[in-house]
Amino acid sequence: MKKMMLSTAAIVALTGAAMADEVRVYNWSDYIDEELLTKFEEETGLKLIYDVFDSNEVLETKMLAGSSGYDVVVPSGTFLQRQISAGAFQKLDTSKLSNAENLWDVVEARTAQYDPGNEYSINYMWGTTGIGVNVGKVQEILGEDAPMGSLDLIFDPANMEKLQACGVHFLDAPTEMIPAALKYIGEDPDSHDPDVLAKAEPILTAVRPYVQKFHNSEYINALANGDICVAFGWSGDILQARDRAAEAENGVEVAYNAPSEGALMWFDQMAIPVDAPNPEGAHKFLNFILDAQNMAQASNYVYYANGNLASQEFLVEDVIGDPAIYPDAATLENLYTTTPYPARVQRTVTRMWTKVKSGT
Amino acid sequence: MRRAVLISVPYVWLLALFLIPFAVVFKISLSDIALAIPPYTPTAKDGIWTMLTQLDFENFVFLTEDDLYWKAYVSSLRIAVISTILTLIVGYPMAYAMARAPSEWRPTLLMLVILPFWTSFLIRVYAWVGILSGEGFLNQFLLWTGVISDPLTILNTNTAVYIGIVYTYLPFMILPIYSALDRLDGSLIEAAEDLGCSRIKAFWLITIPLSKNGIIAGCFLVFIPALGEFVIPSLLGGSGTLMIGKVLFEEFFSNRDWPVASAVAVILLLILIIPIVLFQRNEQRQAEAEQ
Repeated sequence: MKKMMLSTAAIVALTGAAMADEVRVYNWSDYIDEELLTKFEEETGLKLIYDVFDSNEVLETKMLAGSSGYDVVVPSGTFLQRQISAGAFQKLDTSKLSNAENLWDVVEARTAQYDPGNEYSINYMWGTTGIGVNVGKVQEILGEDAPMGSLDLIFDPANMEKLQACGVHFLDAPTEMIPAALKYIGEDPDSHDPDVLAKAEPILTAVRPYVQKFHNSEYINALANGDICVAFGWSGDILQARDRAAEAENGVEVAYNAPSEGALMWFDQMAIPVDAPNPEGAHKFLNFILDAQNMAQASNYVYYANGNLASQEFLVEDVIGDPAIYPDAATLENLYTTTPYPARVQRTVTRMWTKVKSGT
Repeated sequence: MRRAVLISVPYVWLLALFLIPFAVVFKISLSDIALAIPPYTPTAKDGIWTMLTQLDFENFVFLTEDDLYWKAYVSSLRIAVISTILTLIVGYPMAYAMARAPSEWRPTLLMLVILPFWTSFLIRVYAWVGILSGEGFLNQFLLWTGVISDPLTILNTNTAVYIGIVYTYLPFMILPIYSALDRLDGSLIEAAEDLGCSRIKAFWLITIPLSKNGIIAGCFLVFIPALGEFVIPSLLGGSGTLMIGKVLFEEFFSNRDWPVASAVAVILLLILIIPIVLFQRNEQRQAEAEQ
């Protein structure tokens, strides 16, 4: 008995020690070059446990339940703001982030909207939400002049009815889809007025029967394999699909277009939960990500722009030179951002979304 | 004294693993949504008395106001009933064939039924994605044989959900029916045939009634988990598949509305209590009959 207790104590001590050498990161799926993970372990001697999610809502559920066990998480701007006000994050210790000088003030000015003074978070990557198309199939169905760069493609029931046969996926994210629908009918995409928000419902309901699936990550492979021909999704994910299709040489040509009506611009921020088991290791991970070359390697791999000015000299032309990733001034003008909904409006929004998706 | 201790063990088990979690869920279902950790209010931190006075049935009222929940319960019931019937139709002949097989084969056949449990349920369901998708094995095969000229859309429809449920729960249907058929006295059928019954009539008059308990047990074992199923509809079903397990997940993870999610769960449990009690009764009656 005594022996057993001793060995139990030894195990407890061992796991306790393991915790201090471990960093647990919870990031979006398909969002890093995995070589960087091994590089971090080699450089710091810490063991990195890297898990992925594909929806802000799931992350927020974990954050608000508390004791998630993660040291670094990556919510998008509006969700970050909500979770900061719920007390889910700790302030960053800038003395441990020597690479913070690499940050890009242009992006920092925008993320300060969600995290005033950028006290709780650093920008990891940012991008737009837009339309991914299988060029060949869409042109075959809608003709050469198919509106591939316009919200008409996904919100005009006449187009969607024809496209349903080859498959359309939408994001399962009300905070992205509803602003897009509002933008389509010329309303303020960031409206918090329930009467204005209600106008998005008929737009979404009208095309819902033609949507094969609402999902936040499956469309990458589905587009690349030619299983679907249109996806409303995140810029870099669609560009990854383009890349995978090109590598597979399966005759599928994928293209990404930010809608000409205007596209949502979002920011994914790295933050440290208030109850992180290893905040020391978390800061080391953030500082590793803030390194210009590391950040460039990640962007070059996932086709998203980052908030790291110093990394730009290491970016390949495919990334830095692509206006779909680093928008030029004209495109930038056409991008909009959103702010979090107040709790009461949030319920209206989620209710509308559940209704749209389930078709009742 | 020892008797009391012995009897208390299952009660402690029931209390710890069922009643306490249920009380927690029930309490959350009476709370209000909040942007905090945890995401509802009030909590025990506010003091037990304050907490109790602030609880109300608002979330249950909300469930009745929105017809989404009602429709989801009905749709889940329909999917669970249809898939139970389908599982029975597929499972009964298999159990029958197993019970009629030469006795040296039976252990192998039983093994084959149980074998899929050796791999993860999630992986088995995910494998169906590969089989049923537009570019999947099934469509490739049918196109190759020339049965169809355009790929069938099966994945992301209710058909795929039925296939998934029938496949996953088939062993739960086969095993109890097999055990009932295995015990069936073959001389009864011989007697029926001697007395002029056709083979089909003997099957309906003798075999089916005597395997009734196996059929009932199998149906409940399929129906109860199918009603609250989440994994199968979310992997194989499409946006039109409305099941309460999915609604529950949505409320909890997408809407982050724990109080409403808990209310949905409490009602689901109440709905399930009816078949569970019926099932228990049937088992009890059977046990008594055997004594």
